[in-house]
Amino acid sequence: MQAINTTWVLVSAALVLFMTPGLALFYGGMVRSKNVLAVMMNNFVAMGVVSVLWALAACSLVFGHDLGHGLLGNLSLAGLGGLGHGLPGFGRSGASPLAIVTFQMMFAVITAALISGGTTDRIKFPAFVLFIACWLFLVYVPLAHWVFSPDGWLAHRGVLDFAGGTVVEINSGFSTLAIVLVLGRRRGWPSEGMAPHSVPLSLLGVGILWFGWFGFNAGSALGMNGVAVYAFINTALAAAAGLLGWLCFERVREDYPTTLGAASGAVAGMVAITPCAGFVTPMASLVIGVLAGVICAMAVRVKFRLRYDDSLDVLGVHGVGGLIGMVLLGLFATRSVNRAGANGLFTGGGFHLLSLEVMAAVVTVAFSFTVTWLIAKAIDLTVGLRVSPEDESRGLDLTQHAESAYSIGGMGRIGN
Amino acid sequence: MKLIVAIVKPFRLDAVKGRLKELDVHGMTVTEAQGFGRQHGHTEVYRGAEYQVDFVPKIRIELAVDDSRVEEIVDAVVDAARTGSIGDGKIWVQPLDSLIRIRTGERGPDAL
Repeated sequence: MQAINTTWVLVSAALVLFMTPGLALFYGGMVRSKNVLAVMMNNFVAMGVVSVLWALAACSLVFGHDLGHGLLGNLSLAGLGGLGHGLPGFGRSGASPLAIVTFQMMFAVITAALISGGTTDRIKFPAFVLFIACWLFLVYVPLAHWVFSPDGWLAHRGVLDFAGGTVVEINSGFSTLAIVLVLGRRRGWPSEGMAPHSVPLSLLGVGILWFGWFGFNAGSALGMNGVAVYAFINTALAAAAGLLGWLCFERVREDYPTTLGAASGAVAGMVAITPCAGFVTPMASLVIGVLAGVICAMAVRVKFRLRYDDSLDVLGVHGVGGLIGMVLLGLFATRSVNRAGANGLFTGGGFHLLSLEVMAAVVTVAFSFTVTWLIAKAIDLTVGLRVSPEDESRGLDLTQHAESAYSIGGMGRIGN
Repeated sequence: MKLIVAIVKPFRLDAVKGRLKELDVHGMTVTEAQGFGRQHGHTEVYRGAEYQVDFVPKIRIELAVDDSRVEEIVDAVVDAARTGSIGDGKIWVQPLDSLIRIRTGERGPDAL
C-alpha cells in the first residue's frame, strides 16, 4: 500500500510543480507586453530559490520535531536527512516521508510565486528574490508548521485545512496586500489603462493550473484512497461552478461575459475548495464554487475604490477565495466524507468547527500581513524594492533582464 | 501626377485591391494605420475595469497615378470601400512633384 500511496504523492508533486509555469502564463498574459518576461521570471525563479531553501532547511522547520508549543519544527530534517523514522506526527501507513516533503516543496514554490501577481511592472528583480527568500522562512515556514504539521498549534486544536486555504491562499493574498502597500502603485495607475496584452496566454495558464490543482488537492490526501477521490471531484466541480458564478455576475452587472472572467472564476472556485476538498460532499463543492466565483468577482473591484494596486488581484482572488473556503468549511464539513474530519454547522456539528476555521483565518491574515509588511519595509529601506521611474516606463523585461518577449521581424501580414 | 491617399476599413482592402487590378493599376502601397474620425474607439472590460481604446484600426493605401486617371481610380476606391456606415474612411488627392523609379532612374510619368 505504501508503494501506491508514494506513487500518487509523487505524481501529485509533479502536477503541483507544473502549476507554477501555468501561473506564469496566467500572469504573463495579464500584464503589458513590456513586462511579460519579468513577471514570468518571478514565477520561475521561485522554482529555483524556494526549492533549494526548502531542501536545505525550510522543510525541516516545517516538518521537523516540534520545538515547543507547536510554533516551529527543529533542524532534525535539514538537508532532507533523518527521514528514515518517518515524519513526526504522521502515521507510518502513508506515503514515503521523502515523497511527502517533496510534494510539500511544490506548495512553498507556488505560494511564493503567487505574490508576484501583485508586484508586477515595478519590482526590482534582485529585491524580489531577496524578498521570497526572507518571506519563505519568516512567513511561510511558521504558518505551514502550524497547519500542515500534525504537531502545529493550529492543527493540534482541530483546525481543518485540507490543502492550504490558510497556508497557501489567505497567506499569499494578504502577503501580497502588505508588499504592494510598501511598494506603491504602478506609475499611472489607475488613470492609465493597463489592459492585459494577451488573454489567450492567460487562458492557457488557467488550463494548466486547473490540471495541476488535481494534484494539489487530491494529492493532499497523501495516499490513494477514498478521500483523494472526493478531493479530485470536488476540485473539478468547484472550478466549474466558480467559472459559471463569475460569468453570471458579469452578465448581470456589465452585459458581457468575458473570457478572462471565466478563467478567473475557475481559479476562484479552486481556491475556495482548497481547504475543503477532502472534507465536503460534491454538492457542497458546487455551492462553495459558485459563491467564490460571485464574491471574488465583486472583490476584485474593491481595489479601484480603496486605491491599492494589487496588479493581478492576488488578494481579490486568493485572499478572499481562501477566506470563503475556510468559512464555508465550517458550515459544510462532514465526517461522512472523511472520518478524520469533523462536522460543520449545517451537518450537525454546531459552531465548534466554524469558530476554529474563522480563528485560523484571522490568525493567518494578521500574521501574514504584519510579518510580510515588516520584511518588505526592511528590504525597501536597505536595497530598495522598486525600479527607477525611467526603468518602469521602459518596462522590466528590458531593464531587469535585457530581453524582449516579442521580437517580430518585419511587418505582420496586412489584410488577408 | 497625383498621389491618392485612401484610409479604408481593413476588411474592405481586398475589394479595393481587386477593383484597382481590374483598372490595370500597377502598384499600391499599404500600411496599417490607426485613428479616429466620427467613428470613435471602443471600450474593453477586464475584470470589471473598463479601458477606452481611442483609435480604430484602418488601412492606409497610397497610389501614385497619372493626372488623367485620378477620377476613375478615386471612384473605384470609393465604390469598393464604401459600406454606408460611419468609419468608411477618407480619400485625399495631392499633387506629386516628381517620381523616380530606382531600378532604371526613369523620372516623371515614365516612372509610373
